[in-house]
Amino acid sequence: MKARSISRGKASGEVLVSSEPIGFLGGIDPETGNVMEKGHELEGKNISGKILVFPNGKGSTVGSYVMLQLAKNKKAPAAIVNVSAEPIIAVGAIISGIPMVDQPEDISKLKNGQKAEVDGTAGTINLIS
Amino acid sequence: MMELSEKEQKIFDGETNEAARQSMEILVALGKIYGAKRMIPIASAQISGVSYKTIGDAGLDYLKDLVKKGAKVAVPAFLNPAGMDIAQWKDMGIPEEFAKKQKEILIAYQAMGIMRTCTCTPYFVGQRPKQGEHIAWAESSAVSFANSILGARTNREGGPSALAAAICGITPEYGLHLDENRIADIVVEIQCRLETNADFGALGYAVGKLVKRKIPAFTGIKSAGEPFLKVLGASMAATGSVPLYYIKGITPEWKVDDDAEKIIFSQKQLDDTKNELDSKAKPDLVTIGCPHCSIDEIREVAELVKKKKPTCAFWVCTARKIKENAEQLGYSKIIENAGGIVVADTCMVVCPLEEMGMEVTGTNSGKAAKYLPNLCRQKVAFGDLKDILYR
Repeated sequence: MKARSISRGKASGEVLVSSEPIGFLGGIDPETGNVMEKGHELEGKNISGKILVFPNGKGSTVGSYVMLQLAKNKKAPAAIVNVSAEPIIAVGAIISGIPMVDQPEDISKLKNGQKAEVDGTAGTINLIS
Repeated sequence: MMELSEKEQKIFDGETNEAARQSMEILVALGKIYGAKRMIPIASAQISGVSYKTIGDAGLDYLKDLVKKGAKVAVPAFLNPAGMDIAQWKDMGIPEEFAKKQKEILIAYQAMGIMRTCTCTPYFVGQRPKQGEHIAWAESSAVSFANSILGARTNREGGPSALAAAICGITPEYGLHLDENRIADIVVEIQCRLETNADFGALGYAVGKLVKRKIPAFTGIKSAGEPFLKVLGASMAATGSVPLYYIKGITPEWKVDDDAEKIIFSQKQLDDTKNELDSKAKPDLVTIGCPHCSIDEIREVAELVKKKKPTCAFWVCTARKIKENAEQLGYSKIIENAGGIVVADTCMVVCPLEEMGMEVTGTNSGKAAKYLPNLCRQKVAFGDLKDILYR
């Protein structure tokens, strides 16, 4: 599937989809990668090593730095797919070395539990299973 | 799709160092997000994300990481306020652990070649871009002043994007860098008296809420010095997201859409806003200088408190260079004798007031009035200095 390249690098993992935006500051625990935001549809789930699919970022711009903390703690998502990238997540992915694409051709093809590979340099998403 | 020059492509491919490569990747990504076609050179950058209170350990890690990757700025770059006065943080009552982390942040920025001019009013200390010049500034009130009063061109950058622009010396061309996006779409006719900082602060607070993301053009403001313009812009940027405004006969540019909406701002609206912002409580501390004071404003404070000693403690927040001027001119001494302190490098919004036993803070700034309740858990006493210093 074609997408737009935002942050370089290639990674694969299990798809985790959120239909709601994600705010990393206060929303994700940088030590564990657990989603802490009360009432969020991913509350209690863990984003580490996942192909994290969500519409866009929200909340504080400090969220970019929280993504770097996650990466340092080896708890970051393997790759990120956004519907429409905005600066908080794009900057966070780049400074943390997390491959990222946005504007995928058909986001509905990405389903929880599937395995996928994201190539942030080329701007592609491949479904493995 | 963005077109990169040969030199930009080389940086993107990592020929300089990892920090420059990462910075170029950020600028290219932002260019894609906002539909820029190319990069343009910038004359200077103002970097936000300086106070330990706002960026925390995560931000400090990021800065240390960038230093390790070889980050050096390519254009003059200077900092937004930090969380404390670098020299007299102990007098301010800043906790030791906070001071330690704050110093580490400043050292990281210094290692990148960024000037430790920790101020939101760089234009009072010699950083005055020319009309039409492209810059990448981050602090919202400085962005408003540069665009509106100086006629420079900048988007409201985030901390990492301003830093990336400083490291590469360029920014993607979109938003307020393009003339077609600098046209006012709402005219605000002023029908009230504007005589003090608090008047302009309340006006900005109210108009920012009314116009939200639009570019306002004011008529009916006969005169306003830079301190008043600074407060007006800061307050509009805080309650709306207004990065540019015009005032007929005052700002160097005046570009208004033929079909612009027209509204009136009345004396009653101004009075109601001032009333709404003021909790009527007696402040534990009055903080003056949001945005940072000019030397004229410090002189006015000194003249006021010399005549009559305030009934509470007060801070006068400013840039370090202006503080040195205030010391030379004897204003600092007068302020200290009246129970005040001239504080440099920081302000009431980004320092940890809530950790310092304060509950009610006085201000004459619409911007501070907006942020103090949330960022510092303070009740606000809002009004003219003659009022809030003597409750």
